[in-house]
Amino acid sequence: MKADVVIIGGGVIGTSIARELSRYSLEIILIEKEDDVAMGTSKGNSGIIHAGYNADFKTLKGRLNIKSNPRFDKLCQDLKVRFKRIGSLVVGFNEQDMKKLRELKKNGVKNGIKNLEIIAGNKLFELEPNLNPQAKYALYAPSAGIISPYKFTIALADSAVTNGVKILLETEVKDIRIKERQICGVVTSRGLIETRTVINAAGLYADEIAKIAGDSFKISPLKGEYQLFDKQWGNLVNHILFPIPTKLSKGILVAPTVHGNLLIGPNSCRVKEKDDLSTTKAGIKEVHAGARKLIPYLPHQDLINSFAGLRADIEGGDDFFIEASKKVRGFINVAGIESPGLSSAPAIAEIVSDILKEVIKEISPQLELNCKDDFIETLPEQPRFADYLDKTDEWQEIVEKDADYGEIICRCEKVSKGEMLRVIYQPLPARSLDAIKRRTRAGMGRCQGGFCSPKVLKILSEELKVSSLGITKKGKGSEILKTKTKDMIKQAGVKFKDEVRV
Amino acid sequence: MKLEYDLVIIGGGPAGLAVALEARRNTVKDILLLERDKYLGGILPQCIHNGFGVQYFKEELTGPEYAERFIDQLNHDNPNKVDIKTETMVIKITTNKGIIAINRDDGLLHIQAKAVVLAMGCRERTREAIAIPGDRPAGIFTAGTAQRYINIEGYIPGREVVVLGSGDIGMIMARRMTLEGARVKAVLEIMPFSTGLIRNKVQCLDDFNIPLKFNHTITRIEGEKRVERVTVAQVDKNLQAIPGTEEEISCDTILLSVGLIPENELTREAGIKLDPVTRGPIVNESRETEIEGIFACGNVLHVHDLADFVTEEGEIVGSAVSEYLKRNRKFRSQPIKIVPGDNIAYVVPQHIDFIVPGRKKIKIFMRVKKPAEKVSITFKDDKGDMLASYKKAIVTPGEMVSVYLPEVLLGDRSKNITVSIEEENKE
Repeated sequence: MKADVVIIGGGVIGTSIARELSRYSLEIILIEKEDDVAMGTSKGNSGIIHAGYNADFKTLKGRLNIKSNPRFDKLCQDLKVRFKRIGSLVVGFNEQDMKKLRELKKNGVKNGIKNLEIIAGNKLFELEPNLNPQAKYALYAPSAGIISPYKFTIALADSAVTNGVKILLETEVKDIRIKERQICGVVTSRGLIETRTVINAAGLYADEIAKIAGDSFKISPLKGEYQLFDKQWGNLVNHILFPIPTKLSKGILVAPTVHGNLLIGPNSCRVKEKDDLSTTKAGIKEVHAGARKLIPYLPHQDLINSFAGLRADIEGGDDFFIEASKKVRGFINVAGIESPGLSSAPAIAEIVSDILKEVIKEISPQLELNCKDDFIETLPEQPRFADYLDKTDEWQEIVEKDADYGEIICRCEKVSKGEMLRVIYQPLPARSLDAIKRRTRAGMGRCQGGFCSPKVLKILSEELKVSSLGITKKGKGSEILKTKTKDMIKQAGVKFKDEVRV
Repeated sequence: MKLEYDLVIIGGGPAGLAVALEARRNTVKDILLLERDKYLGGILPQCIHNGFGVQYFKEELTGPEYAERFIDQLNHDNPNKVDIKTETMVIKITTNKGIIAINRDDGLLHIQAKAVVLAMGCRERTREAIAIPGDRPAGIFTAGTAQRYINIEGYIPGREVVVLGSGDIGMIMARRMTLEGARVKAVLEIMPFSTGLIRNKVQCLDDFNIPLKFNHTITRIEGEKRVERVTVAQVDKNLQAIPGTEEEISCDTILLSVGLIPENELTREAGIKLDPVTRGPIVNESRETEIEGIFACGNVLHVHDLADFVTEEGEIVGSAVSEYLKRNRKFRSQPIKIVPGDNIAYVVPQHIDFIVPGRKKIKIFMRVKKPAEKVSITFKDDKGDMLASYKKAIVTPGEMVSVYLPEVLLGDRSKNITVSIEEENKE
C-alpha cells in the first residue's frame, strides 16, 4: 500500500484532519485499531461545543476553541449532524463564586466572545426552573452548544471517505519506518504502508506512537464517568449547567443531549490503564452528588446508561501539543487533545493542514497540493423515523418507495430497518451491534437492546453474509453468541438417541 | 391509511389474545389486534418450558402450546372475524382514542377506535437500571434476551454463566443453559428470599444443583471485549456490599433477571396517570384507565407471575369493553379507593367505580412487600373498622396474592378501603 499521508487514529481529530486534507489531491489512509471510528475519547465525553471563555487566548486551547465555535452551524448542516446551540450557564452560589464568574467573563470577552452575560435572581430561574434554589448567579454563554460527539466523528469519517480517504479499521500500528531521519512507512497489522508523512492523532496512545518515531511525551489518562437518563427527563434542564470550574476540570455538568436524554458527569480520576473504561461505585456516587448540587431533584430511577471516557491528558503540559516533530521529518504530532478538543476540532484540522503543507514543501516538493474541484462538502440527508413522528405523511412517502422504512426494529428509539441497512452501506460501514447503535440509536433506549439486538444481529448477519456467530458487539473478541444450540452437549459426548426427523 | 374500529387491542400476547376472544364472545364487532412481532403470543413462543395453563386449562402446557390454544380460537371460523396486523408498531395513542401505527405493507395507519386496550406487556430491567459498575463488554444479557437467542434463534450466548436475580426467567434460563451444556456457576439474589415462584426455585435450581446465594450481588463486571469475571459480594440489610466478602467468579456470560417494567411509554405519552409502584396505569375494576374507554391488562398494568392470571385479567377487560360500548354502565356516586396498607406494595384495581347488579364479589390482586407466614389479609374502612379478613399460610413478594372482596361490604359510607397484611402472632 502507498499513501501521501497516513493518519493514525480515527477519533474526532483524526477524522477532522482526514476530511480537511481530502480537499486536496492527496492519497490519504487513516488507520484505526478498533472496529469503528470514535472508539476512544471521542465516544466518552460530554458532547459540548464550548463557548470558549475558559482557556486563555494565548493558548491553542483558547484560540482554536474560539475559532471553531462559530463553524459548527454550517459544518453540522453539511454533515447532517444534529447540533443545538442551547447556551451554557456556569452557576455560582456565593460572592466568591461571583468573583470567579467575573474572571471567566473577562477572559471570555478578551477572547472575543460576544453576548456573555452574568445573570442573577429571577432571570436565572426563568432560564432554569429546576435549578438549585440556593443558586445566586450564573455566567450565561448563549453560543455554547450540544452535539453527539461520536455521530459528529462518524459523519466526518463518512465525508472523508466520500472524498477519497481510505479508512482501515481494526488495523494496528506495529512500527514506523524511518530512513535518514525521514518517515518512509508505517508497518500495520495489515501490512506496510509506504508514506513520507504521518499524522499522529492516536489520542490516548499518541505518546506510544510518538515514541516509535523518537519523540517523547507522556499521555496520562484521566477518567470521567457519566450517567444518562431516560428521555422523559430530557426537559429537566434547558441549558448546559456547569459548576464553578477548578484548575483541573470544568466540573460535573448537567445537560440535555441532542437526542433528548439527560446527561450528568464527568468526575475526574487519574487511572493507570488506557483501556480502563470501567465505571465505579464511587464514581457513580460522585457524579450524582455533583449533579445534585445544580439540580437537587434528579431522578433516582430511569437511568439508562452509565459510561466512562478517558481524557488524553499530556503530562507536564496544559495545552494541546500540535507540531511537526523536530526529530523526524514527515511526522506531525497532534496530541494532548483534551477539553475543549471536540470544540476545537475544525480549527485543529486547519492548522494541521497548514503544518502539513510546510512539511510537504520541504520533503516532497514534487507533490503539488491542489485543491480538488470535486470536493463534496455535504453528506446526503438521512431521514430517521424518530424525526418524522409529527410529519407522518412525509414518512409515508418514504415507506412507499422502500418498505424497509416501515419495519420498526428498535421500538424504544423507533428505528426502522431501512435506517439500519443504510448505515451498513454507508461510506464507512457499520459492522457491529455497537456501530449500528451509535449511528441509528437502535439499542440506546430504555430496554438497552433487549428486544432489538437479536433482530439487529440477524440483519447484520444477512447483509454481511457472515454467520450469526461471527457478529460482534464491538469488533473481534466481542462476539455475542458462542455456539449453536445442541453443539455444546454434542461436544461433551452426549449422543442423541433419535435425531429428529421431519 | 385511515381505519375505524370499535375496539383496538395493542399487543398480541396472552393479555391481548384474551381480550380479543372475550370481547368477541360478548358480541363486540370490528376488533383490530395490533402486534409488533412477526407472530402472535407475545413472549410465550420463546417460553418452551412447561407450567403454563395449570390454573386456566387445568393441564400443564408449554408457552407455545398455551399461546396456540388462543390463537387457534381466534383463527377459528367465526363470522365475526378479528382483524390482525402483525409486525405493526403503534407509535402513538391520543386521549380521544386515535392510534398511529406503522408497518411495511400499509406504511402509516391512522386508526380511530371507540375503545382501546393497552396490552403491550413489559420489558426487563437492564444492567443500567441497577447500575452495576465495571467494564462494558459483550456477554451481558437480560434473561429474556438470552431466552430468545436460544429458543427462537437457535444459538447459545455463553458457556460459563452467572445469573443475577432469582426472578422466574432467570431461574428458568439457569436450567435451560445447564440443559444445553453450559455451566451455571451461581444464581445471586440480593434479597434474603427468592423473587420468583417457589416451584421454579425447586424445579430449576435445586433439581440441577445450581447454587442460589441469597443476600448476594455483583459489584463489578470485568472484561474488555467479552465478560471474563465478576466480583460478587454479600450485602447487608440495606443491600450494601459488605467489605471483605468479595469473591471473584470467572464466567463469560451474565444473565440478568432483576425485574420487569411495564412498557408504558405510549400510555404516558397519552397523558394517562400511572401508579408509581406498579408503573402501570391506575385502573378501576374494569381495568379502565383514567381516560374512559382506554383499558389496560396483563403485564403492562402490573407484572404477573403466571400467564394464566394475565388471561384472566384479559377476560375481565374483554367483557368490560363490551359493557362500555353498549353504554350499559352505572357509576357509583363516588368511587371507592383501595389503598395499600401494611406490607402491601400495591393493589389492582386501585378503585371501584361501578354499581353492577348481580355482582357478588370483586377479585383484588396485590403484592406484598416482604415474606410473612400465618397472616391475615384485612380490609378496613375509613374508621379502621374491619370489613373482612382472610387467613393465609404464607405470602411472598414473588407470588401475587388475590382475594375476593364481597360486594355487600361496599357501602356508600367509606371512601377508602385499606388492605393490609397482619401477622397473627403479633396481635
